[in-house]
Amino acid sequence: MSARAGSRRDRVADPVRFVDERLGAARALRFLMSYVFPDHWSFLLGEIALYSFVVLIASGTFLALFFDASSTQIVYHGGYGPLQGASMSAAYASSLHISFDVSGGLLARQLHHWAALVFVAAITLHLLRIVFTGAFRKPRDVNYFVGVTLLALAILEGFAGYSLPDDLLSGMGLAIAWAVAMSLPFVGGALATALWGGRFPGSGVFESRLYIAHVFVIPAILATLMAIHLAIIMIQRHSQFRGPGRREDNVVGTPLWPGYALRSLGLLAAVAAVLVLMGGLIQINPVWLWGAYHPYVGTNGAQPDWYLGWLIGALRLMPNLEIHVFGHTIVPNPFFGGVLFPGLVFALLYALPWLDRRFISRDYRRHDLLERPRENPLRTALAAALLAMVAVVFAAGSVDRLFFQFGFGYEGAIWFFRGAFFVVPAIAYVLTKRICLELARERAHPLRAWDGQVVVRNERGGFDAY
Amino acid sequence: MRRRLTALAAVLCGGLALLQLAAAQGNSQRPTTTAAAAPSASSPAGATTATGAQSALVARGHALFVSSCASCHGMSAQGIRGRAPSLHGVGAMAADFYLQTGRMPLPSPRVQPLRTKPAFPPRQIDALVAYVGSFGGPPIPVVHPSRGSLADGQRLFGLGAIVPSLNRATPRQVAQAIRIGPYVMPRFGAGELSEGQVDSLARYVQSIQHPDNRGGWGLGRIGPIPEGMVAWLLAAASLLLIARLIGERMPDQRDERAERTGAAHE
Amino acid sequence: MSSSDERDGGERRPGFARRAWQALVVIVLWRVAGLRRGRERSQELEDPSRRRTGAAPWAERLLLGLFGLIALAAGSFVALFVLDPNTQLLGLALGAALALVAAALVIAGRWLVPQETEVEDRPRLADEHEVEQVVQQGRAGLDGITRRRLLAGAAGAAGLGVTAAVAIPVVALGPGIEDQLQRTPWHAGRALVDERGKPILADAVTEGSFLTAFAQGADRENLGSPVVVVRVDPTTLRLPGERSGWAPQGIVAYSKICTHAACAISLYRSPLSPTTQSRGPALVCPCHYSTFDVLDGGGVEFGPAGRPLPQLPLRIDAAGALRAGGPLSGPVGPSWFEDKS
Repeated sequence: MSARAGSRRDRVADPVRFVDERLGAARALRFLMSYVFPDHWSFLLGEIALYSFVVLIASGTFLALFFDASSTQIVYHGGYGPLQGASMSAAYASSLHISFDVSGGLLARQLHHWAALVFVAAITLHLLRIVFTGAFRKPRDVNYFVGVTLLALAILEGFAGYSLPDDLLSGMGLAIAWAVAMSLPFVGGALATALWGGRFPGSGVFESRLYIAHVFVIPAILATLMAIHLAIIMIQRHSQFRGPGRREDNVVGTPLWPGYALRSLGLLAAVAAVLVLMGGLIQINPVWLWGAYHPYVGTNGAQPDWYLGWLIGALRLMPNLEIHVFGHTIVPNPFFGGVLFPGLVFALLYALPWLDRRFISRDYRRHDLLERPRENPLRTALAAALLAMVAVVFAAGSVDRLFFQFGFGYEGAIWFFRGAFFVVPAIAYVLTKRICLELARERAHPLRAWDGQVVVRNERGGFDAY
Repeated sequence: MRRRLTALAAVLCGGLALLQLAAAQGNSQRPTTTAAAAPSASSPAGATTATGAQSALVARGHALFVSSCASCHGMSAQGIRGRAPSLHGVGAMAADFYLQTGRMPLPSPRVQPLRTKPAFPPRQIDALVAYVGSFGGPPIPVVHPSRGSLADGQRLFGLGAIVPSLNRATPRQVAQAIRIGPYVMPRFGAGELSEGQVDSLARYVQSIQHPDNRGGWGLGRIGPIPEGMVAWLLAAASLLLIARLIGERMPDQRDERAERTGAAHE
Repeated sequence: MSSSDERDGGERRPGFARRAWQALVVIVLWRVAGLRRGRERSQELEDPSRRRTGAAPWAERLLLGLFGLIALAAGSFVALFVLDPNTQLLGLALGAALALVAAALVIAGRWLVPQETEVEDRPRLADEHEVEQVVQQGRAGLDGITRRRLLAGAAGAAGLGVTAAVAIPVVALGPGIEDQLQRTPWHAGRALVDERGKPILADAVTEGSFLTAFAQGADRENLGSPVVVVRVDPTTLRLPGERSGWAPQGIVAYSKICTHAACAISLYRSPLSPTTQSRGPALVCPCHYSTFDVLDGGGVEFGPAGRPLPQLPLRIDAAGALRAGGPLSGPVGPSWFEDKS
């Protein structure tokens, strides 16, 4: 391979030279290899999301080889007994086919679904870390916007994914999505009808559109945004916590080669391992038990996947307000819970860097050192209050389960959560603020530090406390 | 200590939640009561036409009724306005269903009847059923799940509603519930669901009680709520632990995040 | 109270237990102080970079073992896939292989390769000089153009036009909207049939029961078709005046599609007896628990639905079967802008 006659074969140098002579890549490789990653476990949360996405792509590709995104009605003849001879859509039938007849099909399906749940969970944890440590501040506000967009798209992608098999649970979810689309003021009726190809359940073309959105359009956007997200990090270098020798103008950590690459790949394998184990051992979304979807069939206990729980909670909590003007329904009810509430939350998320600069921290400078949550009690408390509010709405989404499992009256529970919507965030704000101030004062670790007192008997017979 | 307790409490809550999950799905099925019906009157006549053993059972039921049920339903089950309806004509079927599933007796008339453990042992239930049955009404149904069709059962099931927990419903109780329509479950008469269809539904309910959980641990087959809990409490939690393991590297790096600037914003 | 104290001529001297306790206290206090002091100690280090080489002796051997196990696990996955693709076993085999790979990589990353901490300078990013150059160069590109504002405005208008032209084909996605959303198969005389297509007899509807019916001949998947049929005590009905003839024998029918978010209403709260339950019979939607009063024409009792449930007028024909007496009282399903309500 080396053009130099007589030189010894060098198994490392030769390939590198090969690439460099053709692409000029040696400089880029050097940059990459010496790139420094600050070490902290909380910086790995984004990577967990990224690696879940990798698992999603891999398992999703396998599934796409067998799935039939068609709503043509067929009669089922396959490996699942109780549905023999039943009439159903080809999409549902192919989901059953994957689950019962394809080798490793059920493993792939369950792996894919677990990966989706963990994907959004990891993004959420990552978002919390970013917000609570102030990592969204300049110059990372642009990257933060990319990240929030990734979260929104991930939620949408997950919903599209579990709606594809056309089972009862996902069909009910699509009906609600259609109602939310219809509820957009002025344009909702037209938009929803255009998207679905008619009134719900729509024409056969809807399943194809959903499929193309799920396997191509949204993943392509997600991958592009992720690449941009990583590129911006590389340009700006990762932020870091304060520590010995760590300043605003340097980065201290592990170089990519060899340490970080190995550990990060290890994380990839660990994420894949956890997801594969769950995919094989823990059942998720048993579509054969739900049955095929029909608009005239409904069941109790229908819930969306966890990352949409806040929306079903909002839809349940909202009182029956609809705004009618001159015989037109300007604002149908699902708008409030399905569009306005998530819209406000995401608007707040997008506005956070500006709000922080202008009102909370009142600081327009560039920051590359992270703050510990306690160092900015106002921001931490406000973020905790917002999180608490979303959590209350999320909990309200499972009121029917509470009713049937524990007997709490449904209507009473709804009123309870309506009250909690206002009260709990206020409590969370106050509590968090106080905890921050006290932690900052004591300079102690929130979980590990000893903060008790030692009581010792003294010579006089009394007690001294230290 | 305080913070350690908080952490401990958080872990316990998570663990309890997981346990609740396991318990929910592991609800052992009640031993299927045999289809051989209790000695309820199949003819709607009064207590006088029965055999000696039967009339003794009815008498015993009457005694139990007076001490346990009459305060709401009246001394001879005629009902009390504002408290409880008359039981004349509801039949052995209703009595057996409500007593076996613990929906009756209610602690108070305003409480909703939901499934719990039965308040009476089986012998006493038989007696009460005989007594109430002696006022006439539908007998305890005989169900043949084996004659039903599983595919039909699933299809018919979807047209109606899903009940809280079918894990403990016997075929007989399924048939009774279909005919009675307890609480929010609608009632389906013979014209709406034939005997054969009831058989199919019973067979279907049986099949979902003995799950063929091909995917692994069934999580009680409740739905996305326990699935979400597992995603967070199992997957996310273990991945956080793994991240902690991988992220912390050299020992002298731990706990070196300084409060150097001391600029804790007050 | 220390019974272990020794009594010595009336004077108490600390016993062994007392000393041990004090020693323990001192140790604890020392540790507490140590925890707090430890943080300050390494702040003076200016250069945190370091490098530690030398693999842990057990690491290399462990890795060799791990690689063997990985091959084993992966091999068993291959074998299982071909011989017995049981989901649980496949998951265990592949999961174990991946977990071992993870372990191997992490062990290699932490105990095999050199452990390095390095320091890199952060790029400055902002460069005011370059910004000025860019601005100058950009402005230079517009030298000599006079009517800048006018041109910009006109270009904007043209751009809007082009955008509209590019966006408008999306309208082709959907057929005529109003027709789609308003139309239902119900008209006077249409028979109510069950899922199998058989006409529904009035006698088959018993009080407390709940029936799903469809318009005869219509596609069952049509949102306007499914209705719920229940029978109530006619004396308890409180229908609006113009609907007084809509409920023969106390049998009423309502659209099965919830007016909140289009779920199928499949719960029926029918009271055990009028004297025990405080509220009348109601249809409840399982999605968000919109509750519709059966007796007053489908009014919303609880829950987020903004419109009452559309009612279908019923009549009983000569054969005793149920037929529609006219169209539904309102639009089916969730509200939208043109629903004329």
